[in-house]
Amino acid sequence: MKNTFLQFWRFFFGDSGRAFGSASLVLLVLLAIAPAKNYFNQWHRYQKQYLHLIRGRADAVTLERHFEPGIQQIWLPDQQVTDRCTTCHLGLKEPSLVDVSNVAFRKHPVIPHSLTDFGCTTCHRGQGAATTVEEAHNATEQWEQPILPAKYIEAGCGQCHLEKLTGTPFLNEGREIIARYGCTHCHAIKRPDGTSIQPDDDPPSLLHIADKTSRDWVFAWIKDPQSYASTATMPNYHLSDDDARDISAFIVAQSTPMQPPLALLKPDASPDIAAGTSLYGQSFCASCHAMQNAAGMMVGGNVGPELTGIGTKAKPEWLQDWVSNPDHYDPNTMMPRYRFDAKQIGLLVGFLESKTEPDFVANVHLDPATLQQIEHGQRLVMENGCASCHEINGIKKPENFAPELSRIGSKPLNQLAFAADVKHTLHDYIGAKVGNPRAFGPSLKMPQFKLTPTQIDEVTTALLAQTDRAFTQPPTMRIASVQQTKYKPAGSAGKIMHEVRCFSCHTINGYGGDMAPDLTYEGTAVQREWLVQFLKNPETLRPALIRRMPKFNFTDAEINTLTDYMLTVYQTSDFDRDSIPTSDLTLAMADQGKQLFYSKFGCQGCHIADFATDKGYIGPALAGTGKRFNAAWVYHWLKDPQALRPGTIEPKQHMTDEEARNLTAFLMSLKSTGAKGAAK
Amino acid sequence: MINRALIALASLLITAGCSRTAQKPVALKATATGAALVELSGGKQIGYTGMPLDQPVVVQVNGANGSAVTGAAVYFSGPAGVLFTPAAALTDSSGQVTTNISLGSQAGRYRLTASTRDASGKSIQLEIDEVALGYQQTVGAQLNATYCIRCHDPESTPQRVSNMDNLAVKPHPFTEGDTLNKMSDAELTAIITHGGSALARSNLMPAWGYTLSKSEIAALISYIRAVADPPYQAGGLVYARK
Repeated sequence: MKNTFLQFWRFFFGDSGRAFGSASLVLLVLLAIAPAKNYFNQWHRYQKQYLHLIRGRADAVTLERHFEPGIQQIWLPDQQVTDRCTTCHLGLKEPSLVDVSNVAFRKHPVIPHSLTDFGCTTCHRGQGAATTVEEAHNATEQWEQPILPAKYIEAGCGQCHLEKLTGTPFLNEGREIIARYGCTHCHAIKRPDGTSIQPDDDPPSLLHIADKTSRDWVFAWIKDPQSYASTATMPNYHLSDDDARDISAFIVAQSTPMQPPLALLKPDASPDIAAGTSLYGQSFCASCHAMQNAAGMMVGGNVGPELTGIGTKAKPEWLQDWVSNPDHYDPNTMMPRYRFDAKQIGLLVGFLESKTEPDFVANVHLDPATLQQIEHGQRLVMENGCASCHEINGIKKPENFAPELSRIGSKPLNQLAFAADVKHTLHDYIGAKVGNPRAFGPSLKMPQFKLTPTQIDEVTTALLAQTDRAFTQPPTMRIASVQQTKYKPAGSAGKIMHEVRCFSCHTINGYGGDMAPDLTYEGTAVQREWLVQFLKNPETLRPALIRRMPKFNFTDAEINTLTDYMLTVYQTSDFDRDSIPTSDLTLAMADQGKQLFYSKFGCQGCHIADFATDKGYIGPALAGTGKRFNAAWVYHWLKDPQALRPGTIEPKQHMTDEEARNLTAFLMSLKSTGAKGAAK
Repeated sequence: MINRALIALASLLITAGCSRTAQKPVALKATATGAALVELSGGKQIGYTGMPLDQPVVVQVNGANGSAVTGAAVYFSGPAGVLFTPAAALTDSSGQVTTNISLGSQAGRYRLTASTRDASGKSIQLEIDEVALGYQQTVGAQLNATYCIRCHDPESTPQRVSNMDNLAVKPHPFTEGDTLNKMSDAELTAIITHGGSALARSNLMPAWGYTLSKSEIAALISYIRAVADPPYQAGGLVYARK
């Protein structure tokens, strides 16, 4: 052993020459390590592949000129971006590489952002500073930020874009589902602009529930809400029969009678269902409420609850009270107070009571509740957090009932408890929690929502957008969400507008719904006489719409109050509604305007000026323009529709003043009564 | 010895490289074979990159006499990133296989293949085309739904009644590749921007250039190109040779 070592020593370091040679060799090898490591690097291989690829292409010279060897980096300190992705992804900015099959070298799809201003990881996640494929794309022990699958990529947009962005339908829908299913009753979700996602599902108060429905119905409903109404947003708690029995016992026991109490039902021996059906149609109840028709198709809107089985659910006395004055039962409802007379109320109640689903409660047989059951029910109601959504006598709304989700998109994986069969990634975790929460443990409180796989992906996308980065990046990058104002009209007109719930459908001064046109400038737009007639008997303005303005059966005095208020208050300050008197508009102008209408601008494609010849079905019929609008409004609308109503789809035509004036003259000469035409 | 090690290393690398994209083939024991493979539904859908398609793809295996065959093995394959659930299955009692498809992360057209074997072991293939919209096309799709679809789509839904029949000159549906593919991006941009009257075409097409921005019009055109049937083939950039 010693001999071999000595031999070895002598061979390499026997004399000074040998020693110098060996030492030099070792030094050389050591020096070569760094360049060799560099040469055999993964990214180096990618750059060689890229060069090979572009040298075979027609535009090789251009591409080669753009190529820069070595590690590339996008460094944006204020956005916490240090992205070396472009070291391997070399063709991101090369328009001609759009057809390359290797994703590493393909051109980035067209987006409105520049790569150098935003970096890559801002949207895609992943480890920007890494220089190997594995570390850059996947989660490692030190770095836990895997790349976001393409499916959820809109979550990247949602970090800065808090508004409804045109190009992100899934993110928008996810946020809407979170609001519509009332997720934020239990989970607070704050947003970086200081707002938070507000629920808009309006769960009913249970303070007087026993006046409205029976305990049997409550039992069947909490067992499985969707078997009563497939569109119900109330989740399924997977309650046992005993628990549902006790909860229903408590819910009914805590209910107090309404004040003043429900009026007695005026019994109708033989309700006229046909007349009730047509009144339901005329009142456009279907604008908000869905109902399954004979063919099993769901027809109607989703603003109010589905009414397919309302006769099984609601007591007739309650329906009578509700239809005549919804405020009595629920002052916060979106349901308008129609001014129905006693006969109309009778017809509607008769029709709605005929809409039954007897099977729903057929198998429910509950013995009278015992005190013990009621107490147990109360405990269950508190444990399940029912009061997070519903008003319940004697139970306060719990604070922070479920974890806050404001930064769920950056949650470290080691803080999560995964269920079996769930892949260890954040998006899989969120998807599984949303889609099947009880798989994480039967004792967990989160109930089962009825969502399709696509809806689950959409909700996951919206939640993944709630990241640390969203909160910590420069506020200038944020585009705030559009918030509703707190506008409320004043006085007696305001009271009427509140009673008929104008704001459930119309927006005025930034407050209200989006089902019907914005009325902020309605006072500038229309003539008094037209508005009076319209409120009295709303005609069909847009033939293609199913959702229409209902007839509220106003008294003449009410219409006067409303009209006066709207004409005085809802005006634009940009121009005077009387600034173009009709006397200024000559017949010759109208003739020229007619030419423009039918030839140059082709308005008849969307509008009807003459019911005999035109068929356009998109915009409102214009045959009665001269009776409906003020000339100044028509003129300014033609000049720039979006300035008067942002978002309207009428294209701005860039008309000359003369063209707009002539067209105004033509339109103002149209004085046919709309109702006759609309019936066509 | 070194050669062998290198080959082993190379094959290891190749298999490792492949396993990232391709789904593992599933071995199925077919109990029957068919003579033809036909598509029942699910082709030519317009989906989004990385997202599942709305409808599943349903194919049917028929025997030589044209009747459905139960128990034949059908395999699905497609470009990188496409996921099939399931990727292979035996036909059910009505001779059908249903698979849910999630498209890859590249925007564009996907050609998927369904295959089965006939009695002699020969492969019978069926090609199914799907479209995935990327960001720009999605913007176009949304703009289409707001501004264009009412006139350019002959189909009506309860929420949206088509206006096409009311127009004296019928607009081209955006899927009508036969006509629209022949028009260059510049032509389409001009018509959308300036309207029909300015270009001696139907005056029923309004000018959108003052309502939509240039990038929105570009997005619309990218959408029109994406949904064209037959598919649109871009001329591509042509550079002078060295």
